[in-house]
Amino acid sequence: MSPAEAEAVRRSARDGWLLSLPALVILTLAAVGPLAIVLVYSFLTPGQHGNVVWDFSTGGWVGILWTKDIFTGEWVLADGHLTILWRSVWLSLLTTLFALVIGFPTAWFIATRPPRERALWLFLITIPFWTNLLIRTYAINEVLRREGLMNSLLLGLGITDAPIEVLYTPTAIFIGMTYVHLPLMVLPLFAAIDRFDLRLLEAAYDLYASRWQVLRRVILPIVKPGLIAGSILVFVPSLGAYVTPRILGGGKQMMIGNFIELQFLQGKNWPLGAALSMVLLLMVTVALLVYVRHAGRRSQAHG
Amino acid sequence: MADRGFKVARLPGFAITAVLVFVALYLPIVTLVAYSFNASMSISTWGGFSLEWYARAWENRQVQDATLRSLIIATFAAVISTTVATIAALGTTRRRAFKGQTFIYVMINQPLMVPEIVTAVALMILFGIVKVWLASQGMDRMAHGLHWLILAHAAFCIPFAYLPIRARLEGMDLTLETAAADLYATPWQTFRRVTLPLLAPGIIAGAMLAFVISLDNVVITEFVKSGGQDTLPTYMLGQMRRQLTPEINAVSSMLLAVTVVLLTAFFLLTRRKD
Repeated sequence: MSPAEAEAVRRSARDGWLLSLPALVILTLAAVGPLAIVLVYSFLTPGQHGNVVWDFSTGGWVGILWTKDIFTGEWVLADGHLTILWRSVWLSLLTTLFALVIGFPTAWFIATRPPRERALWLFLITIPFWTNLLIRTYAINEVLRREGLMNSLLLGLGITDAPIEVLYTPTAIFIGMTYVHLPLMVLPLFAAIDRFDLRLLEAAYDLYASRWQVLRRVILPIVKPGLIAGSILVFVPSLGAYVTPRILGGGKQMMIGNFIELQFLQGKNWPLGAALSMVLLLMVTVALLVYVRHAGRRSQAHG
Repeated sequence: MADRGFKVARLPGFAITAVLVFVALYLPIVTLVAYSFNASMSISTWGGFSLEWYARAWENRQVQDATLRSLIIATFAAVISTTVATIAALGTTRRRAFKGQTFIYVMINQPLMVPEIVTAVALMILFGIVKVWLASQGMDRMAHGLHWLILAHAAFCIPFAYLPIRARLEGMDLTLETAAADLYATPWQTFRRVTLPLLAPGIIAGAMLAFVISLDNVVITEFVKSGGQDTLPTYMLGQMRRQLTPEINAVSSMLLAVTVVLLTAFFLLTRRKD
């Protein structure tokens, strides 16, 4: 590298950092930096009325899984906590799976429309995506209610004799999370299918492949990156969901997000809440790293 | 091209699933909007058309205050985040790759990756400590003001402003700027007269996304706000625990309308590029 070239590289780096600085300062103050405080708080002792006492303790972390029996003073497994953690994971997985099952045909449908129509269908998927999460959850709440649209339809058509009570059950949270996160599955799937050369299908059919074989051997391998991206995009916000389980679970069916809130706003146990936040952050980071590694391999393979 | 037969692309059950998905996506929202025009008190039995709930929401002092607060926060957050995002986009695109560039990307996109509840808790703790300290120093006005919410919103809006601006920059033709430089324009003149006007649609798009994202935020606002600082979404969240009337549908519908108008504008702006 010539001296002039080295100087140009140095200047480019300096300008790049300087120009990014204002954004980095704001993010450090109000997004990334505060996370360090949560880590510190997870190793402190809970205060009498919420908040913390500045004494080192691993109680917050231990408290995720174990609890001290108030009568015998023995450490026992905290069933309630495990139930909430387990519910968060399986509801998120179920949401991801179901979003995939109904999102794939939807993305396929949009991608195979004539180009003029396609933009409109895409726009129709995007509008709910950008609509306030609270409003969408409230809308689903209205549909699922005892006197809501779903029960009116079921009763009106004579499918059931009595209204079905779905609200405040895991089923309601599952329906709600699928509803609010579905566009996040459809959009990356669409992007993947859109790049798909439909002539490959003709070739497959010419070679006497059955529809099932075409789907499994031709379509799935090619849309796999979109499939993984969509799954991550649905799984990650589902795991950290707060608004949807709060409204549709009615405080009875908590997920990690609501459990964290409980520790802070009800002033119960800040270090436990902080430790739970770190666990949630860790799970999300692992999911994202798996995705980044996979995506990195893909783009390398394609040059 | 004519051979891109649609029969080949048809898979059994796909079209009907897609249509059902679209119906399921819109039916709840349409129902919600429809009941905002309901004449009866109920949010489930239809009593005829009426604008009563819009009038009530309009006259509701809490709704007025929350709306104003939401608009102030979203405006400041959008202006601040778009400004710093524009500068950062200029610093991280169309130049030689430099050490730390990946770090800057990760930092900027970090709010998209960290669960909102975690950021909310983190900000509640940090801002809480600072607020207590400020109050102990006799700086009550500094301790309680909308600036805490504005700062929090500006931070999580940065990636939303950054991404469309960066996309626009990367798609821009370098030759015009080279031409300007060849014609002895100073770097500032080139930026002001050539780069900025070309970049404008990206900046406006980014600002609108940031505005919508700020306007819609619930979780972080709920944890960061001081008493009496409800925004429209946190006010609505509070109301949803109480007896529901179609007034909440009316408020939702108005917020929905603002979002849809801004998004339509956003799409028209970003599409003109092609």
